[in-house]
Amino acid sequence: MPRSVRIKDHWGEQRLFVARTIVALAVIVALLLLLLGRLFWLQVVRHDYYADLSQGNRVRVEPLPPDRGIVYDRHGTVIAENTPAYQLELTPEAVPDVSGTLARLAELGLLDREQLPQLQRLIRGSRKFESVPLRLQLTDEDIATFAVRRFEFPGVEIRTRLARWYPFGPSGVHALGYVGAISEADLKRIDRDDYAGSSQIGKIGLEFAYEDELHGVAGFQQILVNAAGRRVETVGGEEVQLETRPSRAGNDLFLGIDMKVTEVAEAALGDRRGAVVAMDPNNGDVIALVSTPTFDGNKFTRGISSRDYAALRDDRDIPLLNRAIRSAYPPGSTVKPMYALAALEYGIKDPSDSLFCRGVFFLPGSSHRFRDWKREGHGTVDMERAVATSCDVYFYRLAEIMGIERMHQAMTKMGFGKPTGLDIGGERAGLMPSPAWKRKQMRQAWFPGETVIVGIGQGYMLATPLQLAHATAVIAARGKNFRPRLVTAIRDSATGTVRRLAPWPEPPVVLKNEKNWDIIIDGMLAVTEAGGTAVASTRGAPYRIAGKTGTSQVFSIGQNEKYDESKLDERLHDHALFVAFAPADDPKIAVAVFVENGGSGSRAAAPIARRVFDAYLLQKYDFTPLPGAIRTAPAGGATLAPGAAAPPAAGAAAPPAPGAASPPGPAASPAPATTTAAAPPPRT
Amino acid sequence: MAEFYEDSQSSARRTLSASGKLLRRLHLDGPLLALLAALMVFSLFVGYSASGENLTRWIDQVQRFGVAVVAMLVMAQLPPAWLRRISPVIYGLGIAMLLLVTTIGPVRMGAQRWLDIGPISFQPSELMKLAVPMMAAWYLHERPLPPSAKHLAIALLIIVVPAGLVIEQPDLGTGLLVASAGLFVVFLGGLSWWLIGAGAVVAPFAAWIGWHFLHDYQRQRVLTLLDPSQDPLGAGYHIIQSMIAIGSGGVFGKGWTNGSQAQLEFLPERSTDFVFAVIGEELGLLGQGLLLVLYLGVIGRALYMASECQDTFARLVSGAFALTFFVYVFVNAGMVAGILPVVGVPLPLVSYGGTSAVTLLASFGILMSLYRHRKLVGS
Repeated sequence: MPRSVRIKDHWGEQRLFVARTIVALAVIVALLLLLLGRLFWLQVVRHDYYADLSQGNRVRVEPLPPDRGIVYDRHGTVIAENTPAYQLELTPEAVPDVSGTLARLAELGLLDREQLPQLQRLIRGSRKFESVPLRLQLTDEDIATFAVRRFEFPGVEIRTRLARWYPFGPSGVHALGYVGAISEADLKRIDRDDYAGSSQIGKIGLEFAYEDELHGVAGFQQILVNAAGRRVETVGGEEVQLETRPSRAGNDLFLGIDMKVTEVAEAALGDRRGAVVAMDPNNGDVIALVSTPTFDGNKFTRGISSRDYAALRDDRDIPLLNRAIRSAYPPGSTVKPMYALAALEYGIKDPSDSLFCRGVFFLPGSSHRFRDWKREGHGTVDMERAVATSCDVYFYRLAEIMGIERMHQAMTKMGFGKPTGLDIGGERAGLMPSPAWKRKQMRQAWFPGETVIVGIGQGYMLATPLQLAHATAVIAARGKNFRPRLVTAIRDSATGTVRRLAPWPEPPVVLKNEKNWDIIIDGMLAVTEAGGTAVASTRGAPYRIAGKTGTSQVFSIGQNEKYDESKLDERLHDHALFVAFAPADDPKIAVAVFVENGGSGSRAAAPIARRVFDAYLLQKYDFTPLPGAIRTAPAGGATLAPGAAAPPAAGAAAPPAPGAASPPGPAASPAPATTTAAAPPPRT
Repeated sequence: MAEFYEDSQSSARRTLSASGKLLRRLHLDGPLLALLAALMVFSLFVGYSASGENLTRWIDQVQRFGVAVVAMLVMAQLPPAWLRRISPVIYGLGIAMLLLVTTIGPVRMGAQRWLDIGPISFQPSELMKLAVPMMAAWYLHERPLPPSAKHLAIALLIIVVPAGLVIEQPDLGTGLLVASAGLFVVFLGGLSWWLIGAGAVVAPFAAWIGWHFLHDYQRQRVLTLLDPSQDPLGAGYHIIQSMIAIGSGGVFGKGWTNGSQAQLEFLPERSTDFVFAVIGEELGLLGQGLLLVLYLGVIGRALYMASECQDTFARLVSGAFALTFFVYVFVNAGMVAGILPVVGVPLPLVSYGGTSAVTLLASFGILMSLYRHRKLVGS
């Protein structure tokens, strides 16, 4: 520490400090007086001037919300659009007698009498110059009723805003998703400036995943307002330069989804819980992504009541759950062709190797009975018969030889145990078990018996209907592998050009011997032919179907008990599954059908797939639309600018051309320029 | 003194004595505490209206004040000798973090001010508002005062380095507060009037040099101050709207939650930097006058407490804190009233926001500690 030559003078320093403090205080008081003087100048001397300015007219910036992009299906049918919704609003300061006005509106039937006290409170709590919405949705009748008596209600007016409208209502809602009011959580992930004036945002499904494309860019306009915030035209007759930047509408999306096939699939599922996923094996375009029960997305766009929401949320059948991508189930026997394929590839089995099935299987040195679904057994079966009749014993033995590690490897290649990468996200990964997984998850060793039941798609194995459809598509395309996607093209709202998105190829499944595809597909064809498990529901089809049934257990039955459907609660019934593609020689569509607690795959699931095939391949649409799918704009509004929203696909009614399941893009329409972008769609 | 109260028969006296005892045990100062509490109540009253009657934000602010009060209570418990000893440590840490911010800190809203430590976002520049005056006082307190030229130069270096780093972030408002806090230490330490006079002469020249270091938007703010009408929809907008708000308020104001300038959102940043204009519009000259009287009370009490401290370190730190508090008030109110450029300095303890409230109440906590521990230090 450097020692100073001078000696510290404590008393001196104290005096010095006090002196300085007094100087500082004097300066502070002087500056505060200066400030007060300034305030006096502004508030007393110049008060009239500034009061005039604040009372006078000023420019205010008002946001112009963009129109949300429109969504079209494969045929160019509009499945999400914007329609005007009319709401009744009241500006408190312009209303001489608020409670009287409300009472008279209730007399006209425009307001609910029970809501009046609540509205009174809302109005009292609002600023007197801001309008308060009294009712969100007015019907045509309401508007007419109000229009003729309008003069009786100063300060009450009808305001129009655009709201999302799904013409198909509950149909396809799980793929499309819905929009809803912007929540606090949404505010954290968006740029507020872009959403100035927007009241809705995509919540789930396509509407959520493609929010950036669909939303558009907000614009603004400067308007003149007086101190009360009311719009005025001029300032004392003077023209004022006002700036306006129009909003830019969101981009339109074209989907591979076929709404007619979707409706057929929903009708076929009926009131059962389940899912249908159909996709084009040649490019991964999803043709239908259906989950039942459904619900009406329009309820969310127009402000769902908390009672309705609670009913949906607490429904025992969980309609809000997207079973197609967010539920994973044991895939059951639907995976047998894939294990057969793996056995061929590993050289474990020859197609002609046969086995005598007695209806029961034992692991060496164990007395645990692994039973076949057919009690008396299938007799002598080779690979094709084993697939066709879904012989469990054949696959128990096959799994025992192959071992879980190789099974895990083969099935992972087919896409199990990981999300397929669907462009709307939100998928469950399912589960393809392995000893490593079991060690990590359960801290237990893998038992040989577990291998055996994974061999028939039971045990720990779980797959989503989307994964099953995707794996089936890979077989149909003989190893070609595409990421499933809903959106096939995007129309830029600014330029009008349609950008077709190239399919997104994934690493293909390459076999050592290409012939093995034929063997497996022949086995799947045998399923739908005489002696196969799905012959009843595929009979008479003018195209050949290669498929596989599945029935997966929900409830374990004892070693010596018999599964008796009639004695079990419906929710403990087996799940019914069916995977298939058609036409077998030139596959255009691959389907996975899942019926929760549906019983048997051949009886419950296969007929649904047949109706989906007939709809897509033969345009046979036999269904009654779901209640709520009214296909017209809601009361009080016609579709906005139908001309502008016309889809570019000219051949809307034409059947899909064979081999060219292209998006309904400009291929058919000569006008808009087309660019093909290799960029995959955005994922969340 | 304690015995005197004990002997008193009056029950009112006894309660007074009980709370007095509690305050003393917590090393708090009653009058200062009451003034600060009055400011916070004022803030919550005005803030509810200024935020457009947003109850969520109001509750947030109550919570922030809660955190700030805890910071003050904690600071008041730290013994002065210990505070003095760790001053260089905190200062060194602060400098290191400032350097870290300029190198690796995330850029947010065009500025590099934050350090992300896990989930916590931290502004080292806030720490420097406390650390710089404490370090300057630590350096000067054991040297004879008024300081010699050499000591003065070192003290100035202690101040200029962190202030420069903060201004470069860029954060002119905080940089000015850091610099002034340090300079007040030197001033209270007895900087010679000759040098102060020389500084006044050199200042315009320094300003000319400093001009070249300012960012474009900062230059624009100074230019706009000279002539706000030049850019009515751009940079001048803030000042014009704020002057209209104050001027239209008159002597008595338009009434709480009834200011059209504020409620129609003509006024920018109405609940934060421009809350003084909302006070002017809704509560008038009387409301603003009352607030300024409260501020003068805080500053006066703090300066009195500083002058009662018995060692140089305590006096210099306390005095600098009190004077810095005034800089907050004057820079913000001056900006809103259109006599100073738009600099991002909040109205202390009244603007919504948590960071400055925590720093300010922490500084008052330190001030109370230095004042309340003085007898222990002296004897």
